[in-house]
Amino acid sequence: MSGWNFKILRIDLTTRTWTMERPEPAVYHKFIGGKGLAGYYLRDHITRNWDDPAMPLLIFAGPLVGTSAPTSGRMTVMSRSPLTGTVGDASVGGRFGTELKKAGWDGIIISGQSQKACGIEIVDEQIAFTDATSLKGSKTSEIYTRLKDKGAVASVGPAADHRVRFASIMFDGHYAAGRNGLGTLVGAKNLKYITMKGTGKVHVSDLNGLKMAREEIFRMAAASPVLMGQLGITNYGTAAVYDLTSSRRMMPTANFRKTYFDDAIQANAGTYHEKYQPQKSGCRGCHILCKKIGNDKRILPEFETMNHFGPLLENADIEVITRANVICNEMGMDTISAGATLACYAEIENKRLTGDEILSLLTAVANGSGIGKELGKGSYEFARSKGKSEVSMSVKRLELPAYDPRGAYGMALGYAVSTRGGCHLRAYPIGNEILRKPVPTDRFTFSGKARIVKIAEDANAIIDSLTACKFIFFGATLEEYARAFTAVTGVESTGQDLSKIGERIYYAERIMNAKNGFNKIHDDLPQRFFKEPGSSGNNIEIQPIRRDDFLTARNNYYIVRGLDGNGLPTKEKAEELGLKWND
Amino acid sequence: MERLIDRYEKKLIEQGLAERSQLLMAEIETEIVWNRDDPKCGILADVIKNMNISSLCFSPPAEPYRTLVDFLSSRADTITLKDNETRLFLHDLPVIREFSAEQIVAQLNRRKAVIVDGHGIVTYGTVSPEQTFVVYSSVLFSCFVKFFADFLEHSLDGTISDEEMTTFKRVMENLPPSPQIDMTFKKAPFTSENEVYDAVSEVGKPVVSYGFVDSVMGNISYLHKDILYISQTGSFLDELEGCIDPCPVDNSSCTGITASSELPAHMLIVTDSPKRAILHGHPKFSVIMSLICDKKDCEFDGQCHVNCPDPRYVKDIPIVSGETGTGPNALCNTVPKALKEHRGAIVYGHGVFTAGQDDFNEPFHNLIDIEKMCRTEYFEKLKKAGIEV
Repeated sequence: MSGWNFKILRIDLTTRTWTMERPEPAVYHKFIGGKGLAGYYLRDHITRNWDDPAMPLLIFAGPLVGTSAPTSGRMTVMSRSPLTGTVGDASVGGRFGTELKKAGWDGIIISGQSQKACGIEIVDEQIAFTDATSLKGSKTSEIYTRLKDKGAVASVGPAADHRVRFASIMFDGHYAAGRNGLGTLVGAKNLKYITMKGTGKVHVSDLNGLKMAREEIFRMAAASPVLMGQLGITNYGTAAVYDLTSSRRMMPTANFRKTYFDDAIQANAGTYHEKYQPQKSGCRGCHILCKKIGNDKRILPEFETMNHFGPLLENADIEVITRANVICNEMGMDTISAGATLACYAEIENKRLTGDEILSLLTAVANGSGIGKELGKGSYEFARSKGKSEVSMSVKRLELPAYDPRGAYGMALGYAVSTRGGCHLRAYPIGNEILRKPVPTDRFTFSGKARIVKIAEDANAIIDSLTACKFIFFGATLEEYARAFTAVTGVESTGQDLSKIGERIYYAERIMNAKNGFNKIHDDLPQRFFKEPGSSGNNIEIQPIRRDDFLTARNNYYIVRGLDGNGLPTKEKAEELGLKWND
Repeated sequence: MERLIDRYEKKLIEQGLAERSQLLMAEIETEIVWNRDDPKCGILADVIKNMNISSLCFSPPAEPYRTLVDFLSSRADTITLKDNETRLFLHDLPVIREFSAEQIVAQLNRRKAVIVDGHGIVTYGTVSPEQTFVVYSSVLFSCFVKFFADFLEHSLDGTISDEEMTTFKRVMENLPPSPQIDMTFKKAPFTSENEVYDAVSEVGKPVVSYGFVDSVMGNISYLHKDILYISQTGSFLDELEGCIDPCPVDNSSCTGITASSELPAHMLIVTDSPKRAILHGHPKFSVIMSLICDKKDCEFDGQCHVNCPDPRYVKDIPIVSGETGTGPNALCNTVPKALKEHRGAIVYGHGVFTAGQDDFNEPFHNLIDIEKMCRTEYFEKLKKAGIEV
């Protein structure tokens, strides 16, 4: 079999030792790689506190990574989230995953805690531990510049040093494992960076089969206006979505008190394009190239960042938004949680933050100074400390991204039941509710959405396990990726086979969350969305979500997902999916 | 509230693709809901239980499709086709011989549709019954194109079998005649955005009702005051109200990210010529004729859709290569050039583009005319091969 290396690297930071593990092929067949395999190794540790030295940090790439399968230059980082307490993971691009595979590994499991700040430098099977105390307080770009000759670079910045609960891990300068505060966990391990270099090659079972699958995928991507169209992601990055959320009256504004921002057009993708004349960039081996680098070499903000430092804070100054993005990247913070936490603060303080205030607050958060120390706990903890937890626009304490749920009910359900908290990427129903892919659905109804959300979660779980980019699925489908998977690994598979493995991987996350006490109480949205309307206009009514309809949809989701009425996994379903069950 | 399965059942029947008494559609949330009871529901329910899907459609095709699909499926375990829809989305069409859940699931696991020989076509959706409709419709379009293209090629080669001839005659008995169309549309100038929306919506309806597109194929646009108003991706051209994207030609807004895949081609046509009203349909005989090529042993065989070095025509209309969307092989590199000098262009295995300077009267009548001309040309060629129809 090809695609997999059948080697996992286990690192103990306490003893500064490493071992090699060789899992059975059956484990790979069952969990594939990336998110699936990381979850497999997380399960036995999930009830530990996130800062327990024994809590592992898992970095796993899938079988497609390192091959010419389109958009496969990605991987998953996973652990228990310091911010939410749930399973915490992020799919991240750059070139780290590719180097990991070329170095002969499928994943790394890092446990223990270094006594002082350290780094890990990996070249194939040579693993070295270094003293990184001199890097404490350094920005991620400084660390990257210093280390990039050693291979791909993962690093954490000052935000992790100060235990900001939404600290990110930055890969290769500007690819963030942003959500869930995984950088905080890295900081707690006193790990400052990892470099990764591989000199090997990922073997492909059937090169011609992979070539054919590639051609099919490229053809479908080329036919997708969202991806390769002249207004699509390839030309404008994820910023391309911004005008749509505005025109659909579902743009989170003023901490979700409004869904339309009058000045939105001043901060749209076209404005960035005109001002910064960006160049395309992207993950290793990707032809979409969604990253945009401005003519002053700064990375331009993604869609979510544009919104959360823009309309969410009632700010239309794109230079402030761009600088806020740079601060978050340099300090190592999730832009979504950072922006939403500032918006929560602004609402509690009943003020509209100026550009200077936004930027100085972000710096204070990253440095753990003044009010920044409180805000660094995330919007939920901050709002709760002020007796106003309802002002935190979060699910399971993870701040919501840039689609107002009152404008897309599949997204509303997806946010609520996501295993990592308020996340748009688990189900990613923007495809059908906004972008008309694979076909459009009525965004103002819950009808049919329970099953749509469940099927999409399964699909995205396997996509994060292969590993591929979710964007490509605005064009291609699992049918074509199954051909790529089979060509790479030699394991016969179909789109539906992969979807069912995705179901297993996702259900395993529900099991892990249940072990930490998560149930239907946590699968819910902030009350604002049930009580307050959005900003209607342009013949679009944005009503509060009817609570009864939401609860019915959530219950339907539990039925479709095979959970009990309390949102908890069942032994029968776990066994049906081939998952172990130990209460 | 109208159920989605009812909506797409109605479309399949109205478009002559299925018969009400035989069509089965299901949508699934927590349980399976059928459009009607039928003994086949049991087997199809087993299909649903074994797949991660939200809708299913099964039906024998209505005539003339049924005869030609039965013919094609009786002769191969996999039907391979040359048209754009198949190449892009379906890849190929698996055929099975037994109406069993196990066999249907085995094929639907890997493809979007399966033909059960002598029974009908099964398709599924993971989001909406609309997917089942679109795929079912695409299968029939692709099979129709293949059957007629193969028949002409075999006629020219002198390799027609008796069975193929018999099938052809039966198909011809059920083939609707070329429609007689005498329509006019709103005349330019259009003074407001609303007039443009109305004009685009107006022309979309007959494009569908006369069969110049199937399901969500085709697209329409109109340039008005530096904004190109274009039908959205995956929209039904006869239901365009609310499905037209305004796209500024200076790209100052990305609202048109949901616009048709062919936006780049439309944009180049209107910015590089005086044309402002564009129609793109998939009329079947135009597509069929684009596949017919006299050249034997061509070194570019198999690449016709992306790279044909020879100028080819049906009468005065050029046949160009090009794929959907963007990229070096995309039709946006060929169609705009062709439309500068011709009243229309046929894209190999795909469809027809026409454009007008004022309103939709000119491109619509050119679209009709090109399809009529291709249909006539098809049967002329048959006649020359000694086959009288």
